Amino acid sequence: MINFAMLIPKAVVQGIPLLYGSTGEILTEKSGNLNLGIPGVMYVGAISGVIGAFFYEQGLKSSGAEPVAFLAVMIPLLCCLLGSLLMGLLYCFLTVTLRANQNVTGLAMTTFGVGFGNFFGGSLIKISGADVPSIALSTTSKYFSAHLPFADKTGWFGKIFLSYGFLAYLAIIVSVFAAIILKKTRAGLHLRAVGENPATADSAGINVTGYKYAATCIGCMIAGLGGLYYVMDYACGVWSNDAFGDRGWLAIALVIFTIWKPDVSIFASILFGGLYIIYLYIPTGMDHMELQQLYKMIPYVVTLIVLVITSMRNKRENQPPASLGLPYFREER
Amino acid sequence: MSNKKVHEPLFHIVKRDEMTFKKALFIRLLAIVAALLLCAVITMVVTGQNPISVYGTMGVGAFGTARKTWVTLQNVSILLLISLALTPAFKMRFWNIGGEGQVLIGGLAAATCMIKLGDKVPGGLLILIMFVASLLAGGIWSVIPAIFKAKWNTNETLSTLMMNYIAIQLVAFFTVLWEVPKGSGKIGIINQNTNAGWLPNLGVPSFTGSKYLLTIIVALLITAGMFIYLAFSKQGYEISVVGESVNTARYVGIKVEKVIIRTVFISGAICGLTGLLLVGGINHTLTTTIAGGQGFTAVMVSWLAKFNPIIMVFASLLIVFLERGAGEVATNFGLNQSFSDILTGIILFFIIGCEFFIRYKITFKRGGHKK
Repeated sequence: MINFAMLIPKAVVQGIPLLYGSTGEILTEKSGNLNLGIPGVMYVGAISGVIGAFFYEQGLKSSGAEPVAFLAVMIPLLCCLLGSLLMGLLYCFLTVTLRANQNVTGLAMTTFGVGFGNFFGGSLIKISGADVPSIALSTTSKYFSAHLPFADKTGWFGKIFLSYGFLAYLAIIVSVFAAIILKKTRAGLHLRAVGENPATADSAGINVTGYKYAATCIGCMIAGLGGLYYVMDYACGVWSNDAFGDRGWLAIALVIFTIWKPDVSIFASILFGGLYIIYLYIPTGMDHMELQQLYKMIPYVVTLIVLVITSMRNKRENQPPASLGLPYFREER
Repeated sequence: MSNKKVHEPLFHIVKRDEMTFKKALFIRLLAIVAALLLCAVITMVVTGQNPISVYGTMGVGAFGTARKTWVTLQNVSILLLISLALTPAFKMRFWNIGGEGQVLIGGLAAATCMIKLGDKVPGGLLILIMFVASLLAGGIWSVIPAIFKAKWNTNETLSTLMMNYIAIQLVAFFTVLWEVPKGSGKIGIINQNTNAGWLPNLGVPSFTGSKYLLTIIVALLITAGMFIYLAFSKQGYEISVVGESVNTARYVGIKVEKVIIRTVFISGAICGLTGLLLVGGINHTLTTTIAGGQGFTAVMVSWLAKFNPIIMVFASLLIVFLERGAGEVATNFGLNQSFSDILTGIILFFIIGCEFFIRYKITFKRGGHKK
């Protein structure tokens, strides 16, 4: 029997990076940009935060000062946001301003971003000449994984709802916020219009370029936080190359699975987080370890099925943004 | 530039007429040179070496010895093969991001034949079976998203992407199932003693290149074949028409669904062939990382070459040179191997960006424009 009080927190912890990634990508895709660079952006977000935290800890070490909670959180957080923002700007500059192909740009960003993360993860110590064996940011990560003091005393309730670091709750707030903006506000309406039909939006006086830039850059910053959460909270500040794995792609899969709804993504991410690790909990016996690999396939198969079914049923509200993946050039109408 | 009273944009972006091939090539080369300069500066900052010796080191990494040169050429061939495979689909505006998975499935089919039939059928027949199995496996794997696309217009970028990960897990499943020894999680070298199903080496054994020659020759043949297929065959023409406009294609009586499925099958089959070469010819084993992300790199190579098979040869060479060269730089300086990904990324950004200047021109507003 699977112990849910144990499994759910694990699923949530796995789901939070996916939630950040998918919320960011939903915003991006709503503007008509299919950003396949999200996996790279998440790596860059993670490593930027790590670099910030690393130098902060080195600074503390050399000066002998006590860590300040505010700085320990804000420095990695801002570094992460800045790194992801730069990636977002790069993507927008290439695809919106220079009208490059979105798939190619996105894949190039993933190559670059994953390489960037692994390179600095593996070489940061050598480049900075620091005197430490590996990147283990225990001091700063303590502040990221800190949870409410009374969470441990409330039994299963505390375990399921209160046992996470602040970035986990922020993820849920961000996606609720994103859902409200998309559905209820004028800005959201304009954004959806840009994604559906930029030419019409343009003639209605909406700043297409502005919306595309804003949505994609904010989307990238949100996605980058997913990387930061993974390394600073889940991995306790220990960077290991390629540990983040294919979660970025899973986040893109989630966008389809949730049919472009950030609020649905909260539950879907936790579900996917559970599916991501469920193979550890399904008893296979020692003779059939290979079955674990098939269980790992579940999230992708489910996504593919959802994708096909939504296109089969062809319901208008469940479709991808109509201009997804297409560049917009005013003079070409 | 004067813009005092009349509010007019500072510059206009105008679509160019078709640029001459020479001029377009010049812009691209300029972009590559600029990117290489930036790469040199970054390498200089990281390693403290001067840029000329950095590229010297990279040259040594890629072409330093006869063996290194052959390995480079072999890697170019593999990347080129996958790029060529994706090209007909791209030309039809079918974004096949699933090269990675199709290569893996082709490789899986080859490995299955080697393991299950290795001691049952004679060598020559086994290779023939492997050939057919890999081609079919890769083709069928790619046709699944193509059918969805043709029937229900399912977004193929996303569905082929998902198929990649399904393929990876499928391969992972069989690697654990057939692992040798038990618990290692690896298949190990297949048929090490009998060499059954190993693709033959070409040339005399004393010749360094004999191990690598087969892959290179296959790549050259497919390059020529693909060039002719796309440029001169009726099917190649149909692909271009469907790519330009589905409605036009329907109007002139092309069966669009049939063309999509046929083209994507060819695309997947060549990926499957690449899987066969990787498993049967190069590695003699199967792992989940056998394609090594080249299914994704190939998307960029194919696009950078503007779907021209001949230019693709040079694009693959550039990417592989960077990979192996940066690998050498990284080893020499105790840096991380991912360094090459950063350099590749930078080059790609520059080339992607420069396309703009080939397709559009910027006309600045002149001073005397205002009355």
